Amino acid sequence: MKTEKKDEFTTVESTYVVLPADNVDTDQIIPARFLKVTDKRGLGDSLFCDWRRRADGTPDPDFPLNRPDAVGARVLVAGANFGCGSSREHAPWALVGWGLRVIVARSFADIFKQNAMKNGLLPVAVDAGAHARIVEARRANPGARLGADLPAQTLSLDGATIARFEIDPFAKECLVHGVDELGYLLERLPDIERHEAKHP
Amino acid sequence: MSRTLFEKVWAEHVVREDPGAPAVLYVDLHLVHEVTSPQAFDGLRARGLRVRRPDRTVATMDHSTPTLPRALAVVDAQAEAQLSKLKSNCAEFGVALYDLDSSEQGIVHVIGPELGVTQPGKTIVCGDSHTSTHGAFGALAFGIGTSEVEHVLATQCLLQRRPKTLEVRVDGALAPGVGAKDVILALIAQIGTGGATGHVIEYRGKAIEALDMEARMTICNMSIEAGARAGMIAPDDKTFAWLRGRRFAPQGTAWDAAVERWRALRTDDGAKFDASVHLDASALAPMITYGTNPGMGIPVTGLVPHPESIDRAEDRAALAKALDYMGLTAGAPIAGQKVDVVFIGSCTNSRLGDLRAAASVLRGRKVAPGVRVLVVPGSKSVKRQAEAEGLDAVFRAAGAEWREAGCSMCIAMNGDQLSPGQYAVSTSNRNFEGRQGRGGRTLLASPVTAAAAAVSGRVVDPRSLLGGAA
Repeated sequence: MKTEKKDEFTTVESTYVVLPADNVDTDQIIPARFLKVTDKRGLGDSLFCDWRRRADGTPDPDFPLNRPDAVGARVLVAGANFGCGSSREHAPWALVGWGLRVIVARSFADIFKQNAMKNGLLPVAVDAGAHARIVEARRANPGARLGADLPAQTLSLDGATIARFEIDPFAKECLVHGVDELGYLLERLPDIERHEAKHP
Repeated sequence: MSRTLFEKVWAEHVVREDPGAPAVLYVDLHLVHEVTSPQAFDGLRARGLRVRRPDRTVATMDHSTPTLPRALAVVDAQAEAQLSKLKSNCAEFGVALYDLDSSEQGIVHVIGPELGVTQPGKTIVCGDSHTSTHGAFGALAFGIGTSEVEHVLATQCLLQRRPKTLEVRVDGALAPGVGAKDVILALIAQIGTGGATGHVIEYRGKAIEALDMEARMTICNMSIEAGARAGMIAPDDKTFAWLRGRRFAPQGTAWDAAVERWRALRTDDGAKFDASVHLDASALAPMITYGTNPGMGIPVTGLVPHPESIDRAEDRAALAKALDYMGLTAGAPIAGQKVDVVFIGSCTNSRLGDLRAAASVLRGRKVAPGVRVLVVPGSKSVKRQAEAEGLDAVFRAAGAEWREAGCSMCIAMNGDQLSPGQYAVSTSNRNFEGRQGRGGRTLLASPVTAAAAAVSGRVVDPRSLLGGAA
């Protein structure tokens, strides 16, 4: 059978890292010079490379992902329009490669959002109020924990539900049950053939 | 029922739509390049799949290709491996490849229209966000990720939710020295880099109708910089005249039938858009960016904005951070800013008309001392035409470098790049931090504004240099 089972995504809960910026573009997430690979793996080390590393290549200890309290975080919190710019799927590959499973932001760029969900990376859009609470909780306590419950579509802060989030029901189905989108399309080949016959 | 241009093209390509699921959307043309395809071809091999419609798939090499003469090496072994992987993948799966040895090679969004594979009413995708360029022909064209590249290779289809529609109406007439690049930079400055998220833009109005095809491509190209899924312009006689006779355009009676069909690709009177934005072309001046996203643009006669003038705390902080990266002073005029490099090229502005515009400023003038100028044609075909007109001689006489076709310094993957701290006026599409090389500072502008910066060594209003050398 040509359909493959993907990893299932239900809940993730962990400490989190805040990147306090709007319009984080894919050139920052993974600079273009790292796109010369022919594999999906191994990009985690280059995630946010030019923000994480100084010009001499040494890590910038002040960058949020480099701080000791970032270790083990599987959730990243950013501002509006996260992932704008290029269509490179290397962006979610790098985020997942670093260990992230959830991005919480005020909003997302379209192509990034699609690419993320195809790689088991959950984009969660929250309103200004919830966003401010999440950022403030992390400032007060670096050990604060964020949880995303995809089946329930809820976000929790230190165990208490703080927001419900929207997600395309089909994308949710694919993530929760590990549905392979290409397999789904392949099952529709008879429809595709009919379409081609009508539109030569 | 009145429908928009987008709705007509969309409806024609929906193969199937199940309740709760996205539409299965048929793709007429799939463009492929070396950077976003290797993992997709690997995916096909892993499942034992073939490319379903090689006849609807066209590949080229552009992102990591050298723009110095071909005898010189590709930038590094990794880029070399990526290029040879595309070659072997295309051979294995039967995909036509316009590689470095082909006389038709060039930036994927330049050669699609040149070959005539880009046509009105088609759905066109590519693993590249600037696929929106092809919307200038009345196609529905958008960028996709590598997973989706694999989906299209295997099934010729994508799973897509129907986007919303945004009308961008540009009325009035553009003043001399003001062009398509200024229109799109002004639009993005107005609505922001996320202003069109979730929407397909249709550009309409007298100012759009007055543009030639290359200018329309410049506008549609940067739709993604406003966050749009795609940008479209209704095809008209200019579109048909531009396409007629191209290698893969319909020929003979098939051409006449196609034009007949294409004439229906217009938004009907009374059709509704989900949102609408208006721009007055006659009020526009040449635009330039001062910050680190394409929405940070001002007229070349303007002042760098002051963070204190901004209400929202996040925006204030973002502007302060951008000015710090750019090394620019809030409140200072952008004109007069020193320039180290000028880049004329990219899928936004590397076509013959762009090169003619740049040459009109450079003819009979010299590049300012200490300024490096790269002119990179979008395709080998553009290069041949430019050389036939003597444009290469104009650029060389002025002191500019005349290069081979490719993406070059727009994405800085091929060795053409800025050094840290350098200022570049670029005709490309993105001024993100490090986009043209780590630490490089990009000011986006039109070809005439870029050429004016080249001869002045500073940002200047190009209108002061129009009409040739004194």
